[in-house]
Amino acid sequence: MLEVKNLDVHFGVIHALKGVSLTVNDGDIVTLIGANGAGKTTTLRTISGLKKPTNGEILLDGKDITHTSAQDRVKMGISHVPEGRRVFPTMTVLENLELGAFLRRDKDEIAKDLKKVYELFPILADRRKQLAGTLSGGEQQMLAMGRALMSRPKILFLDEPSMGLAPLFVQEIFNIIKNINSTGTTILLVEQNAKMALQIADYAYVIETGSIVLSGTGKELMESEDIKKAYLGG
Amino acid sequence: MKGILEKNWVKGLISLILTFGIVQVLISTNIINDYLQSTLATICINIILAVSLNLITGFTGQFSLGHAGFMSIGAYVCALITLNNRTIPGFILGVFAGAIVAAIVGFLVGLPTLRLKGDYLAIATLGMAEIIRIIFTNLDSITNGPAGLQDIPQFTNWPWLFLYTAGTIIIISNFIRSSHGRACISIREDEIASEAMGINSTKNKVTAFTIGAFFAGIAGALYASTFNFINPKIFDFSKSINILVIVVLGGLGSISGSVIAAIVLEIINTYLQSFADIQMILYSLLLVIIMIFRPQGLMGSKEISFSVFGKLSSLFAPKKGRV
Ligand SMILES: Nc1ncnc2c1ncn2[C@@H]1O[C@H](COP(=O)(O)OP(=O)(O)O)[C@@H](O)[C@H]1O
Ligand SMILES: [Mg+2]
Repeated sequence: MLEVKNLDVHFGVIHALKGVSLTVNDGDIVTLIGANGAGKTTTLRTISGLKKPTNGEILLDGKDITHTSAQDRVKMGISHVPEGRRVFPTMTVLENLELGAFLRRDKDEIAKDLKKVYELFPILADRRKQLAGTLSGGEQQMLAMGRALMSRPKILFLDEPSMGLAPLFVQEIFNIIKNINSTGTTILLVEQNAKMALQIADYAYVIETGSIVLSGTGKELMESEDIKKAYLGG
Repeated sequence: MKGILEKNWVKGLISLILTFGIVQVLISTNIINDYLQSTLATICINIILAVSLNLITGFTGQFSLGHAGFMSIGAYVCALITLNNRTIPGFILGVFAGAIVAAIVGFLVGLPTLRLKGDYLAIATLGMAEIIRIIFTNLDSITNGPAGLQDIPQFTNWPWLFLYTAGTIIIISNFIRSSHGRACISIREDEIASEAMGINSTKNKVTAFTIGAFFAGIAGALYASTFNFINPKIFDFSKSINILVIVVLGGLGSISGSVIAAIVLEIINTYLQSFADIQMILYSLLLVIIMIFRPQGLMGSKEISFSVFGKLSSLFAPKKGRV
């Protein structure tokens, strides 16, 4: 279980997160929705240790990891698909996937996970020798997700996986997210596409200018008038 | 898999021995005369400089403009040591002391600047190289100021140059193929993504930068010992740029590219010396032309693999069979 308590994050004088608290239970899909600039990416980056908070606590399975290095957090089971996919463009698909397992030394288990990733994303198996920069946007998103799975995470962070994708691909990506979750991986999903995110979420938080303003099950939020108006287009 | 690697290793070793032997024969038959021997030494020194800068800029993606600064540290340290101890152990000590001091300075400059994302390293290294040059210029009592150090004993010869050059290439190639090397390349490709994979980008960048500075120090030491004379002006900004030109021309991220470019450019330079008046114009023109036709550098980010040699030899093999 991941617990975030009263997280404050600053960029210089900009107060990007103002006391953000949220809980992600094991096995759930939890989504964090909000407008551009609300603080979604900053929340994920702070939990994965890429940005230091000025205040607050992060607990993973009851253990305080607020001051743990990003490397150790990956080893403890947090894996992060960054916003905008960020594959390694002049490396092959296979090299990208191998880098996802950078901190692991268990070669046999890595080979097993590679096979699983290829089963989940058959297109990556076909393209394994192709340079990642030459993949389509949707394929790059799959590669970024596959790469993140190669660290064998307990909890997977996804930062706007549907961004810039054609509707058909968006549907496929969300199906895959459900699929990954059904094999036991907890998901923390950040989205601007609130409708799709709420449909698959067990629990959801709404963030506005650095503060959580609303939370509830995916269903509750989908039926809330405020959410309908602000995020679901009427 | 392992068999192929071992075979490649053997082929690499054979080509190293061949290179050494052929050049050695050319020297003993005086085809490479005294004049060309200094060209040869310059080529070796430039290979070491270019390969080490390629590790920093080509493989790790960190723009450094101060490679001549590290070179000068190696040169002065080695010169001062060998001037006081004119023996081969003194020379070996001088080379390694020069490299280690250069590496320490590299570490101290790299640690604060490489923590930051962005091209702060370029500015910091530019400033550092200038500061080092000014220190050497003003430290009269030790460095003899602008006039520089003369009568530095010469220990370098082809075997020494070969040893250090081949050593640099082998060590840096192996570093690049190690998991540290893959981490460095992933930082160049996308620093944010590599951090998300649990790669410590500051640590890997500083390591690559420190190793690069170490080998630049070796190159400087070899320079001092080969040419017997150094002054601060030799290691100015244009020297750093010249090294960068070799790296870019050979291909960012290609060791073989750096080696080839160092050889080609120095040979061109040597021949252009008969056109002393317009040498720089011709040289610059040539660089422009090469970059127009090969903007990615001679080798891009590819390496010459020893399978090329394999293919070449298989071209000849069937004929042999028939004869
Ligand atoms: N590197 C940064 N430097 C300065 N401000 C930043 C930086 N990253 C994010 N911010 C600011 O923090 C706030 C939250 O940004 P972000 O977390 O990226 O929002 P979201 O992902 O919800 O679009 C914004 O006001 C943004 O301008
Ligand atoms: Mg964002």
